[in-house]
Amino acid sequence: MRLRAIILKEFLHIFRDSRTLFLVLLMPVFMIFLYGWAVNLDAKNIQIAVADLDQSPASRYFIDKFAQSKYFQVTQYVTQPDEFEDLFRRYEVRAGITVPADFGKSIGNEFATSVQLIVDGYDGNTAQTVLNYARAIVAQYNTELLPQGFEAPIEVIPRFLYNPSLESGNFIVPGLAAVILMMISALLTSVSIVREKETGTLEQILVTPVHVIETIVGKVIPYVFLAFMDGMLTIGIGVLVFDVQFEGAAWVLLTNTLVYLYSALALGLLISTLASTQQAAMATALMLTLLPSIMLSGFMFPIAGMPLILQVITRLIPATYFLEIIRGVLLKGTGYAELYHNTLILFGIGTLFLLLAIRKFKVRLG
Amino acid sequence: MNAVIEDSNIVVETHDLTRKFGKFVAVDKLNIAVKRGEIFGFLGANGAGKTTAIRMLCGLLEPTSGTGTVAGFDIVKQAERIKSRIGYMSQKFSLYNDLKVEENLEFYGGVYGLDSRALKQHIHETLERMNLQHVRTKMTAELPLGWKQKLALGAALMHNPDIIFLDEATGGVDPVARRDFWDMIHDLAAHGKTIFVTTHYMDEAEYCHKISIMHQSRVLIQGKVGDLKVQTGMKTVEELFKHVVTQGDSA
Amino acid sequence: MSTSSPMIAANDIKKTYKDTDALRGINLSVSRGEIFGLIGPDGAGKTSLMRILCCLMSFDGGTATVAGFDVEKQSGEIKKRLGYMPQRFSLYPDLSVGENIRFFASLFGVERDAYQTRFAELMQFSKLEPFINRRAAALSGGMKQKLALSCTLIHTPEILILDEPTTGVDPISRFEFWEMLRKLARQGVTILVSTPYMDEADKCDRVALIHKGNILAVGTPSEITQEFKHSVLEIEGANLFDLRRDAETLPSVVEVHLYGDRMHIVTSDIFRCQGELQAKLGISLESVRKVAPSIEDTFISLLK
Repeated sequence: MRLRAIILKEFLHIFRDSRTLFLVLLMPVFMIFLYGWAVNLDAKNIQIAVADLDQSPASRYFIDKFAQSKYFQVTQYVTQPDEFEDLFRRYEVRAGITVPADFGKSIGNEFATSVQLIVDGYDGNTAQTVLNYARAIVAQYNTELLPQGFEAPIEVIPRFLYNPSLESGNFIVPGLAAVILMMISALLTSVSIVREKETGTLEQILVTPVHVIETIVGKVIPYVFLAFMDGMLTIGIGVLVFDVQFEGAAWVLLTNTLVYLYSALALGLLISTLASTQQAAMATALMLTLLPSIMLSGFMFPIAGMPLILQVITRLIPATYFLEIIRGVLLKGTGYAELYHNTLILFGIGTLFLLLAIRKFKVRLG
Repeated sequence: MNAVIEDSNIVVETHDLTRKFGKFVAVDKLNIAVKRGEIFGFLGANGAGKTTAIRMLCGLLEPTSGTGTVAGFDIVKQAERIKSRIGYMSQKFSLYNDLKVEENLEFYGGVYGLDSRALKQHIHETLERMNLQHVRTKMTAELPLGWKQKLALGAALMHNPDIIFLDEATGGVDPVARRDFWDMIHDLAAHGKTIFVTTHYMDEAEYCHKISIMHQSRVLIQGKVGDLKVQTGMKTVEELFKHVVTQGDSA
Repeated sequence: MSTSSPMIAANDIKKTYKDTDALRGINLSVSRGEIFGLIGPDGAGKTSLMRILCCLMSFDGGTATVAGFDVEKQSGEIKKRLGYMPQRFSLYPDLSVGENIRFFASLFGVERDAYQTRFAELMQFSKLEPFINRRAAALSGGMKQKLALSCTLIHTPEILILDEPTTGVDPISRFEFWEMLRKLARQGVTILVSTPYMDEADKCDRVALIHKGNILAVGTPSEITQEFKHSVLEIEGANLFDLRRDAETLPSVVEVHLYGDRMHIVTSDIFRCQGELQAKLGISLESVRKVAPSIEDTFISLLK
């Protein structure tokens, strides 16, 4: 009954403040569109040049594979590979492909052959992308050529294994969802207690028989709903607008999202019990969620490449665990069996924050 | 409801109640006794130790030494039980401005654990008693100050407490609303409620039966308002306060 | 009152917000060296009137002059001669007492030599000297108000407009604050001060009772209480609550108020009332005494 009173009141605060409510629901949408479009790693229609020294039907078919893909556009045909450098210098093409003169003959006799790809390395990111796309196209061509039953010598690139179409949305959107949900949830609760501290109503609540746990839990529950709506919006837009794959089960993702939100909201509450002003609480919440979730969760930079000390820190960040979950469910179709470990850790982190918040809150005024 | 109270009629009592913060003694050996139906004024400047004393009585702060009972319950061991027997009202800080009048009452009734039937009935009675039925669905922020104050009192009374703490309840309100307010307080006192007023506005203190003047963590003087005025030859509580505090400083 | 032209004059000032009339035709005149109190509850219109006189707010009707200058056209001249302390005067809590004052001195362009003499004067006047290096945040409520007043006085204004300077300040500091105002008035400073406390009326030379944008009465505190047409009788004793109910039924009684163990009976006819109290309630003449009506009594009666 008393818990109900707190929850009800908290909901009223949320719905009364329609401007903030609107902002809370609009912000993730805005952010995912902004980042989803701006931080698009896909290079499309990369202009390339071709030196077809063979001029056979086989070589033309091979070159067509590139021309037909949406990533490449063959804009120049040259007679000698040494003309590429000039084209690079004039920024006319980003890569050149040399098909050797014996290409058709070798293919016809089922001999191995090689094709040379020269990439303009001045923009490392694009160069890497070009290389990866080209590899994928060649690999596809290989499977076509090989008779049934032969294992194709496809070079395995682990990062791309569950993302065969190489859409960067599949990387960006789950990461963004993890960052946005963490940040907004922590922000939401970070002001909830300190606001009452500032207006003075907190003292009024303290003199009532309401238990600290009721106050804290009563404040979390309404925000779980709100944050969950944000979560569905973010993931929904990711899947519907940015064509993110969805291999796994929706309820696996939704239940795990709830646990993740719980950890973020609990962090916000902990901040709220410690902060003395709303501004300080919001700044702290932002600092503790935004940058670590972007930089140290494995979203932008692979964790394996970090120095050991940072690797340890990544294990303290809820987003790290959620990122593994959301990428797993969306791209690999993993289920509870593989993920329960992460789920438990997130739940543990959340409960730890919540207990700390209750403990901090419980200390009588002094 | 409690044998001890019925016996002595004393509802708030402390013995050498002391609270230190590090080396600073915020309340030094507080001894007070407040009877049922009394309006007791606890006066002092900001920082005199009033707030610390009240917090101990409401079970929000543990005393460093000394003992006290409120409504028959020990302030250290039974703090949670005290909370359901007291109401607390501060004019500025009790209400949520973004909630409607009845929603504020619902909330406070709810946190005191009233079930929905009792809640409904108490809200109805409170609105009636405070004459606020016509603004039931209005936003609290839109009410004039005097009405907010009545609403805050109503909220503090939702669970029918024995003791009501009023914290600077009527500063800045227009004189008519203020007299109405104190009429209500006298009515409550006449019906057995004990009113514990803390204030540094001396004109509020004129409405009290008994006062206690606190200065630099200690109570300097305590007694019936009329008696104290006669003793010191002062006409108003304000003069009395000034007189006592200046003497306390020079002593 | 001096015959010279008033330092502050308001003539039928009107101010309307969206749907409320904040000021409904205010007339007042304050002469040099006078402490003039605006007394009324929150929302009476005190702050609006003060802001208009400080050239901070436009108004919808009437005229006003401060130090002889027109409020609408000569705000520059007025601002040089005016010190204004708004209701929530914001000192910089992270600056020290000295730094706060220095900052306001530079805002008013007080010259270095003049500043140093004035600063020393003010420190002595406000008794803040021992706290010059203390940060404003660490001052008590009363000291903060004194510092705020000192900041307002740094450019030696002729006129002071103070909006509720004593609200929330403890009685001792309040008393000291009024002493400071009295000294300033003796030096010839004209002071317009507002307060929600009826009992502070006695500290002013003249007061205006203001309510819902109207002035109910103007005059010296004793002139104001003479406006009270009834008499007040006081009875002291325990358990007055029931007695009060009975007293209210007496024909000669206008109203009854309880103040703890005291009861105030407002009556239109003292002798009849005393008779009725004795005959019907058995209260002897000796236990009833006549007391002077307070400003609050007057205020309430004027509202009715």
